[in-house]
Amino acid sequence: MRHVYGWLLLTPAAILLVAFTHYPAVATLAESFFSTGTAVRPSRFVGLGNYAALLGDPIFTQVLLNNFWFALGTIPTSIALAMLMAAWVNGALPGRALVRLAYFTPTVLPMIAVANLWLYFYTPQIGLLDKVTALFGAGSHNWLGNPDTVMGCLVAMTIWKEAGFFMIFYLAALQALPPELGEAARIEGASRWYFFRRVTFPLLMPTTLFVLVNATINSFKLVDHLFILTKGGPDNASNLLLYYIYQTAFSFFDTSYAATLTVVLLALLGAFALVQFQLIERRVHYR
Amino acid sequence: MKRLIGIALAALVVAATPALALTELTFYYPIAVGGPLTKVVDNLVAGFEKEHPDVRVHAIYAGNYDDARIKALAALRAGQPAQMSVLFSIDLYELLEQDAIVAFDDIGADKTWLQSFYPALMANGTYKGKVYGIPFQRSTIVMYWNKDAFKEAGLDPEKAPATWDEMAKMAAKLVKKDAGGNLARWGVMVPSTGYAYWMFQAFARENGQDLMNRDGNQTNFANPEVISALQYWRDLGAKYKVMPEGTVEWGTLRQNFTEGKTAIMWHTTGNLTAVKESAKFPFGVAMLPASKQRGSPTGGGNWYIFKKSTPAERKAALAFIQWITSPERTAEWSIATGYVATRADAYETPKLKEYVTGFPQAAVARDQLKFATPELSTFQTGRVRKALDDAIQAALTGGKAPAEALKAAQQEAERLLKPYR
Repeated sequence: MRHVYGWLLLTPAAILLVAFTHYPAVATLAESFFSTGTAVRPSRFVGLGNYAALLGDPIFTQVLLNNFWFALGTIPTSIALAMLMAAWVNGALPGRALVRLAYFTPTVLPMIAVANLWLYFYTPQIGLLDKVTALFGAGSHNWLGNPDTVMGCLVAMTIWKEAGFFMIFYLAALQALPPELGEAARIEGASRWYFFRRVTFPLLMPTTLFVLVNATINSFKLVDHLFILTKGGPDNASNLLLYYIYQTAFSFFDTSYAATLTVVLLALLGAFALVQFQLIERRVHYR
Repeated sequence: MKRLIGIALAALVVAATPALALTELTFYYPIAVGGPLTKVVDNLVAGFEKEHPDVRVHAIYAGNYDDARIKALAALRAGQPAQMSVLFSIDLYELLEQDAIVAFDDIGADKTWLQSFYPALMANGTYKGKVYGIPFQRSTIVMYWNKDAFKEAGLDPEKAPATWDEMAKMAAKLVKKDAGGNLARWGVMVPSTGYAYWMFQAFARENGQDLMNRDGNQTNFANPEVISALQYWRDLGAKYKVMPEGTVEWGTLRQNFTEGKTAIMWHTTGNLTAVKESAKFPFGVAMLPASKQRGSPTGGGNWYIFKKSTPAERKAALAFIQWITSPERTAEWSIATGYVATRADAYETPKLKEYVTGFPQAAVARDQLKFATPELSTFQTGRVRKALDDAIQAALTGGKAPAEALKAAQQEAERLLKPYR
């Protein structure tokens, strides 16, 4: 009887999870083994055909590589920046609430709004960036129209957007640190850097793990800005995996191939999460 | 007379529906140009409802052309379809393959009405002799030029370049550098992010080539004339140095022009009213320059009626579309946006006649229609278009030579289209 009661309590959450997370994931996997059907040509079983097509698709290789650089560009910098900002606004300084608010503002804005703002930062000649560099005598740059600079531009914008959000977690963690540690360190004559390296940083590791997982997921999940800024161009130089999935599903209407790409994305993220939890958790210091 | 037709149409709808029954229509529509157009559409709808009290019309703004197609098709699959929609004129093959639309010939539209539109605008909506799309927000690419900049460069401000050579030469004079040697104004800009394939169709057409056949199952990307068209586009940036190298953003180009940062731009005529309202200098509008001939693709959105609809709904939808594409409404819409009025008799209405007299730039897109070619549209159109877009951007950014890029795109298109022959 108590079992039934327990299961009943679980049911609402379980239904939502199954309906919106697990069933779609399984259905996606199933669809990746079929060809895309239309009214004229019904769908049929193709086995691993879609996966074979994946290997021969140069755009897929490129978006994967792009995503790797995007992740590498955004994750470490935004985490470091978040830690730095948190440490700063955790101390006593005038107008602390305002500074915290200022750091947090980018997080509050929707990504689409952010992208529209930054579009006018990056626009050649009339954009903010070009106007500022012009003051120092530099010429105009086609920031988003050049395959060499476009990814850097997206990375910079994403860091600006993300760092404030991660800062909040670090701030909460810093405020939970017992003040005695700092006092003890001061009595022992430890330098601030030494204290940070040996005490604060290790104690922040649980937060860092959490933020790292989130940042990794975000680097695959955030593509809203591509709709506004580049549409993946020029020539796929800024195309990311999820945006390519969107193009495949809704611009090419090739739902099966999109399902195949989605399976790859799910597998990748699952693998990352496993590695992060398994390996790094051992080194994380929980109190 | 116009009113009489309206009343007659209303009577037709009333006669077809049971007394007091309210027919509800929903449609999605996209906006791809500047200006407060949702308001214009709402006003049009309100005007229709006033004349047709037994029809309720819900107009839903759905973002850009891609978004609108996705939303309309998603609603269709979810069993809550719209009865009609304004969608990209080139979505035709996709919609046919999804078996989503009906031909206007099959639901009682009469031939004289279907023939009242410009033939150039009907090409993208016709398949195997039947009309599936009625032109609505239609455009061609036109050339905007800044007359003050022309004067400053010692050029005749009333004369736009008429050939490719002239454009390159005039643009070279129009490039301006500031005291520090930095670039203050470009000669010409052609956008290459959002609709690169569309702009490229203009170059190809001017060089005497169309990019696809009328059955939508063959492309012509690797033709030598097509390759030399892309070479010219690339040369504007790389050789003549009159355009920024790399890609030029579609969305911000209008501001670049109205801020005086480029003397010439190629853009859709759908932006005409927005440019008119924000440019602080006199500007001209001309047909695109010729290489072997003039040329521009048509573009924009058509009205479609979906298959999943009752006879009463189809009738009401047809009445609505006939109403909103009537000469009077077409004239209003053209003035509010800059889109081409889709039929010759709209230019005979007093309103548009007066407008064109005071603002002759508004007639350029119409005059260019005789050189127009249908917009790139094939089976598998999304993929084919992306292959071409990628090739163009690769060439413009210097990643690949034009010939190499276009040959690869042609190969990809061949692979995609073979099953449709």
